[in-house]
Amino acid sequence: MGAIEFLLNGEEVALTGVSPTTTLLNWLRYDRGLTGTKEGCAEGDCGACTVAMRAPGGDWLPTCACILLIGMAHGREVRTVEALPSDEGLHPIQRAMADGHGTQCGFCTPGFVMSLWVAAQSGALGGREDVCDALSGNLCRCTGYGPIIDAALSVGHTTSPDLSRTISDPEPLTYRHSEQSFWGPTSVDALADLIAEHPEATILSGATDIGLWVTKHDFDPLEIIYTGRVEELARIERRGGALHFGAGATYRDAVDALATIHPGISPLIRRIGGAQVRSYGTIGGNIANGSPIGDMPPALIAAGATLHLRRGAERRSLPLEDFFLGYGKQDRSPGEFVEMVEVPVPTVPSTLACYKIAKRYDQDISSVLGCFAVETEGGIVTSARIAFGGMAGVPKRAVSAEASLTGAPWTRATVEQAMAALAEDLSPLSDHRASADYRLTIARNLLLKYFLETTLAAPITDLPRNPVAVV
Amino acid sequence: MSPASANATGQALPHDSATKHVAGTAIYADDIAEPRGLLHVYIAMSDHPRARLTRVDLSAVRMAPGVAWVGCADDVPGVNDTGPVVMDEPMFAATERDGGEVHHAGQALFAVAADSLKAARAAAGRAAIDYAPEAPILTIDDAMREGSFVQPPYRMARGDVDMTLASAPHRLTGRIEVGGQEQFYLEGQIAVAWPGEDADMRVVSSNQHPSECQLIVARVLGVPAHAVTVEVRRLGGGFGGKETQSNLMAACAALAAKATGRPAKCRLDRDQDMILTGKRHDFVIEYDVGFDGDGRIAGIRFTQMARCGWSLDLSSAICDRAMFHADNCYYLPTAEIISHRCRTNTVSNTAFRGFGGPQGMVGIERVIDHIAHRLGRDPLDVRRVNYYEPPDGPGERAVTPYHMRVEDCVIGEITEDLANSSEYTARRAAIARWNAENPWIKRGIALTPVKFGISFTTTHLNQAGALVHIYQDGSVQLNHGGIEMGQGLHTKIIQIAAEELSISLDRVRITATQTDKVPNTSATAASSGSDLNGMAVRAACAELKGRLVRFLCETENVIEADIVFLPDRVQVGAREMSFSDLAKAAYLGRVPLSATGFYATPKISWDRGAARGRPFYYFAYGAAVTEVAVDTLTGESRMTRVDILHDVGRSLNPAVDLGQIEGGFIQGAGWLMMEELWWNAAGHLKTHAPSTYKIPTAWDRPEQMNIRLWEKGMNRELTIKRSKAVGEPPLMLAISAHHAISHAISSTGTSYPALNAPATPEAVLLALGRAQA
Repeated sequence: MGAIEFLLNGEEVALTGVSPTTTLLNWLRYDRGLTGTKEGCAEGDCGACTVAMRAPGGDWLPTCACILLIGMAHGREVRTVEALPSDEGLHPIQRAMADGHGTQCGFCTPGFVMSLWVAAQSGALGGREDVCDALSGNLCRCTGYGPIIDAALSVGHTTSPDLSRTISDPEPLTYRHSEQSFWGPTSVDALADLIAEHPEATILSGATDIGLWVTKHDFDPLEIIYTGRVEELARIERRGGALHFGAGATYRDAVDALATIHPGISPLIRRIGGAQVRSYGTIGGNIANGSPIGDMPPALIAAGATLHLRRGAERRSLPLEDFFLGYGKQDRSPGEFVEMVEVPVPTVPSTLACYKIAKRYDQDISSVLGCFAVETEGGIVTSARIAFGGMAGVPKRAVSAEASLTGAPWTRATVEQAMAALAEDLSPLSDHRASADYRLTIARNLLLKYFLETTLAAPITDLPRNPVAVV
Repeated sequence: MSPASANATGQALPHDSATKHVAGTAIYADDIAEPRGLLHVYIAMSDHPRARLTRVDLSAVRMAPGVAWVGCADDVPGVNDTGPVVMDEPMFAATERDGGEVHHAGQALFAVAADSLKAARAAAGRAAIDYAPEAPILTIDDAMREGSFVQPPYRMARGDVDMTLASAPHRLTGRIEVGGQEQFYLEGQIAVAWPGEDADMRVVSSNQHPSECQLIVARVLGVPAHAVTVEVRRLGGGFGGKETQSNLMAACAALAAKATGRPAKCRLDRDQDMILTGKRHDFVIEYDVGFDGDGRIAGIRFTQMARCGWSLDLSSAICDRAMFHADNCYYLPTAEIISHRCRTNTVSNTAFRGFGGPQGMVGIERVIDHIAHRLGRDPLDVRRVNYYEPPDGPGERAVTPYHMRVEDCVIGEITEDLANSSEYTARRAAIARWNAENPWIKRGIALTPVKFGISFTTTHLNQAGALVHIYQDGSVQLNHGGIEMGQGLHTKIIQIAAEELSISLDRVRITATQTDKVPNTSATAASSGSDLNGMAVRAACAELKGRLVRFLCETENVIEADIVFLPDRVQVGAREMSFSDLAKAAYLGRVPLSATGFYATPKISWDRGAARGRPFYYFAYGAAVTEVAVDTLTGESRMTRVDILHDVGRSLNPAVDLGQIEGGFIQGAGWLMMEELWWNAAGHLKTHAPSTYKIPTAWDRPEQMNIRLWEKGMNRELTIKRSKAVGEPPLMLAISAHHAISHAISSTGTSYPALNAPATPEAVLLALGRAQA
């Protein structure tokens, strides 16, 4: 019943007899014989598999084919590196990369070409920072990147003509293969009903996590309910005194809206995953999967977010921090799903700042994420919300430190007391990202950094973002 | 039309596969259309780092759906060993007869071939394996304490170190820990095997050393080498990680193919690749140095301890190379270098760009920095007073700790040129002012030099062969023993051949490297690719050209001096003929138009027993200035500007060489700044994919990166077109980044920060603590 239908390089494809959890990459390479797209990691972290995909009327998105389950391609248009050359020869980006010595071993190259092509389509190759952002999810081990960046800058905005055909996307998808079912409803109500009827089903959004369960852990669910076709679930609306983010809003969708009320959050979102992950990963998914290393929950907790859950027609809401009960355990019952996140608009200018510490600037998991929102009146702290990631099995609010700050003067002495109090809030672990000692030290230093940045006349140089030589 | 052929070398031509790379049409091993009946091989890995296998029962694996073959140690018809230098690496650890033993977590136990990789992996999970675990030896400290080594310690020495240490005006001791590094080639390990008639086996392998792969596949299959052909068109990156490490996958595919008569592919996913294959050795280096008030070293003792892992692999030569580079650019009047090769229950460490040299160099650069800190001097001044003397020097400060005379030391000139162009002194002063004014963000700058020895230190490996055919239409096909892994070797070789034959580049085609075309080749490693293969190709071209000249002399009744090779044509006396016409005429004249070429590097010799000789034909030099900023609250650091001046001799291809320099530098910066391998207490590598192991991204590449080839560069030795090898040396330019971070940290206190590598935010924060102690 049903077929997975999409446009591939301008050609209609209708698939039956294929498991919906087949990755787009494996299908392209081994079924379709399009081997220009490569596998480098099968986890969305190297970009060698990057293709372009878009929904009808939507922007082209840089897409990690290695973790995209093929059911998600239904109703979409996919373009691979093979389709870039025209009758005139190589696409200008390809030409610039080849002539400008942007390739050495060449294995990562198609992925770079596609990331740059997508960025060029949306006019996002204006400067070096744009280029690096567009390439944040692409690894090259040979070139050192300079020639690639230069090639991209030399091309700038070059759009490709649309291929002749378009695809329509009206109907909900029900696709069955063997014993597997893959549903792609198109309304929130239908989604709610499906989830209530199939409480054991896997709820799939951007597949930036679930895709890895499939490729790395042989996860092969019988029932999948895909949220990505529900447009209203991706809506971002300002209602009353709050911004409401549908659970299906991606980081890419959410960053600008969040920045309007909390400018301090956008540098953090810029550092979640690479461009591909930011195009698919959702605010709701980052919360619902309960990962202790998700970057959004601490930031949203510090922003005072409320989570809205739904089962069938029943809805309830709770403070976001209360959703996380323990490692791998969330306050979500069978048949229930995350529908929306509500972020209050601050009544005074936002004081929220987020500091992500990792071994690498781009596409790394935080060893420590510290999010701080301290409000003062007349030099006295009236409100303090502090939340950390990477410090416990759940996103952790630092209640002792908050308590020691609240009502006290916003001074170095107060901050040092709060830094000491963090030991009561946090008992981190040692792992491959950092040691427990380092994590606690950094958590304290980040509070100090926040204090300094809110009080010093000249802010501390934003080291990661402004790497300018002294002379 | 390609550029004029008379000077094809020296041109900045793009990689010969560049247009295929960008179009996605370059074919890598996994892109070959899968043959009918292809089997997929999965390698089952050990769960424990050190254990006896008390039960191995694979019967359920054999019964699993889709399974065509299961192989453990009992199923190897030849020798169950894939060790490259000595046979100490069982191909499969598990045997159903008596269990077997495992020596690292991730060691290959057995393999399964099935209709799909998914089926093979699922089937492997059905194995019944019981382990009797023993306490593993995981770290260098563990191994030193337990006396666990893969070979005896080795010593290089010159002069009376004890005496000079005792009498030196100043003396200090220290220790540095240098982490390992994953090669992280983007194309993972893969091999595909096709069984042929009789015992024939054709293997396509992503492999830097097809001749060794051929021997090991033959050994495992129990057939002569002549039955096995290994073919390599290109690698999606190698960096040393495919010098010996690809042989296991080739052997598994070949074994499954032989057992079933069906073609078989063995492709590792990234996690398996990183768990199962070796990496750069991590080192602990201790030093005891005596020096004068200018920082001039009088004597030094190094103790280098390397984590080799569970087997020898290439560790002997790697640890030797670390010792050969314990001097870097510095004359050490008396020196003793002791090397301990630690056997641990971790993956067997292997080749990685620099091959031990980088670790040895990090050791001496640390010493220089430490001396400068002790004396309160600019480290650059301490470097200068310790440099080997230049080629025209009196010969007093020119002998290495392994008794080789350094005859080509140009580092002094390079240093002065770079210090000027980078405005090192002024920027160092500006940084001091910045650091005085800014309490939280500190800046640092460092200039570090590189002198890297070129030649395999295993002397016999310094040989190469080539095979060149001229066809009747004047097109040329050539083959050589080198592997194209992105470094542009084939591009340079085409340039050499075109120039030698005076033909345009597009007449020359290089085919896949194959063991049946050029036999008994060495690995494409040790930066030797163009040095060795370029000379072999030149020899073959010269032979062919000589035949053509003799043919013309005979048929056209001219003497050799009347014959001039012009671009794509030949002037013979008063008339000209195209190269194509000449080829056709020579064919009709029954002139053999196929020739082999051979090259063996001259002058080199090495007496390992006495630890003296001339292991290197020459040295490659370069220097870099790196500036960084460090956040003292978090330990984060960033490079803000890099200036590089590097000597590639007379460049064969400046674009390719600049690419090697930039890429090598960034790879080295990854090693020293962010790439961290982390094993847990149970001996499991927990950084085994790009999600947890972080190599540099575009953002980590500083915007200001000024790279120059040294214009005066010319190899004193008779290398191909007087060029110098460039593959490995630039990696070590990144030591400047590590030292710049150390400089920034030093500004916060009076004690020496003793920064380890990699300089992760955590390592930097620890060093900040030491500096301020």
